[in-house]
Amino acid sequence: MTLSPLTRRVLAVLTGLVLVLMYAPLLVVVVNSFNQDPSMTWPPEGFTTKWWVRAFHSDGARDAVLTSVQVALASTAVALLLGTLMAFALQRFSFFGKNTVNLLVILPIALPGIVTGIALNNAFRGILGVQLSIMTVVVAHATFCIVTVFNNVIARLRRMGGNLEEASADLGAGVWTTFRLVTFPQLRSALLAGGLLAFALSFDEIIVTTFTAGSGTTTLPIWILNNLFRPNQAPVVAVVAVMLIVVSIVPIWIAQRIAGDAETVR
Amino acid sequence: MRRIGSFLSTHAWARLTLLLTAPLAWLVLVYVVALAALLLTALWSVDSFTGEISKSLTFANIKEIATESLYRTVTLRTIGVALMVTVIDVVIALPIAFYMGKVASPRARRLLVVAVLTPLWASYLVKAFAWRSLLSEGGLVDWVLNPFGGGSPGYGLTAVVLTQAYIWLPYVILPIFAGMERVPDSLVEAAGDLGASTSTTLRTVVLPLLLPSVIAGSIFSFSLTLGDYISVNIVGGANQMLGNLVFTNVGAANNLPLAAAIALVPIIIMLGYLAAVRRTGALDNL
Repeated sequence: MTLSPLTRRVLAVLTGLVLVLMYAPLLVVVVNSFNQDPSMTWPPEGFTTKWWVRAFHSDGARDAVLTSVQVALASTAVALLLGTLMAFALQRFSFFGKNTVNLLVILPIALPGIVTGIALNNAFRGILGVQLSIMTVVVAHATFCIVTVFNNVIARLRRMGGNLEEASADLGAGVWTTFRLVTFPQLRSALLAGGLLAFALSFDEIIVTTFTAGSGTTTLPIWILNNLFRPNQAPVVAVVAVMLIVVSIVPIWIAQRIAGDAETVR
Repeated sequence: MRRIGSFLSTHAWARLTLLLTAPLAWLVLVYVVALAALLLTALWSVDSFTGEISKSLTFANIKEIATESLYRTVTLRTIGVALMVTVIDVVIALPIAFYMGKVASPRARRLLVVAVLTPLWASYLVKAFAWRSLLSEGGLVDWVLNPFGGGSPGYGLTAVVLTQAYIWLPYVILPIFAGMERVPDSLVEAAGDLGASTSTTLRTVVLPLLLPSVIAGSIFSFSLTLGDYISVNIVGGANQMLGNLVFTNVGAANNLPLAAAIALVPIIIMLGYLAAVRRTGALDNL
């Protein structure tokens, strides 16, 4: 198939256009963070940095970011462990019920967040009688984060094959040594990509979080939702959003550099 | 440690047990049990005087949802919105993914992947709110379209579709792009060498190979839209989707059994969808 130069150009223009559409709303958020008028009409009325100053002095925002980072780190750690174990089990072995187990991993992300949310809320409060807290949020987040790690690791395992590990075993290395020196180094970038995605997923989750967080647990999305409709707080939310976008470029870039190919960023 | 290691290397079942126990126990104890309990709760009822939950089993909630027209209307509306969002996202994602995977240079490809990924990190709520300000009266959309006699659609179902399609687009582009990268160049070239036109090649070689990835992407956009109630609150005006009904019944109306029964609707829809696409291998592409 040879594409005519015209087709190539049309595709390039289309791609560019979609990127513009993807970034325009984000740009509006950036502009609004400097907009003097807090009701955010267009075009903006004047330039101010007062929202940025206020955001930097907002304890609520800072605490919410810290809570979200804690939740995301803890659930990513659990997801890394469980997702990797599951990927090895399903890629290296065949056993009765394997397809069902595979479906079970996908289910928490394939079912809408509100289902996961209400199911866990009901289980924690109604059945176990547990107080909702930061721990219940972590359990909930970890459950739907497993699949991102699982997908990255299993894709890597499929490509790796077993030759190097067999060679290592033939040369006398035990199970642990082979894992440490042969398997793990090959998995590292897949773990990083899966972990990053799990972190991002947890960091931005609002629906499941609403149902599983106690009143004392304010993650960043909950803080944003609480402040979005307050007249003078909306621009402060815009500032926080802009900072997040800027900060997020770093991990994405690292993942790209380490991975080198696109498959692992899923 | 070494003894355990040598035992493991000779006993495959021991390796499998060691690997499978923890993740399977987590998923079953946390998730399957919770879903089963939800199903059970849907069969309970709430005493309308005391507000206490009565644990005697009844099909009243299920019956109410199956017969009352409100639930049918909202279910159809929700499915409609989810379908529209999915179609829009797939139609936009296909050419982009094709350009990224098969036309762009490796360097441009890397940049494009970063460009598509970055908006994922911007908060969902902020994106929904950005659309609220875009679509508001006197907002950017009005400002751009007014000179041409157009204008913002205002808050309503159209706004919900636009916002959701915008928010979930990267989730659809990425799996389709990954699928596009797996389409072997050699097959595409062979089709061309054998005389197939570009459109024939796309239709008979590329699209069939891509189908599982497209379905994988559609699972994301469809499922994520199906359960959404927050962006409906932000840009949907007075409209309600299934998520809103669940949310009100958990909170304000304090009728957890009814909420659980309503939540069964998206579960059934998604399980039907997953069962329908299972044969295509889409579930390996999520």
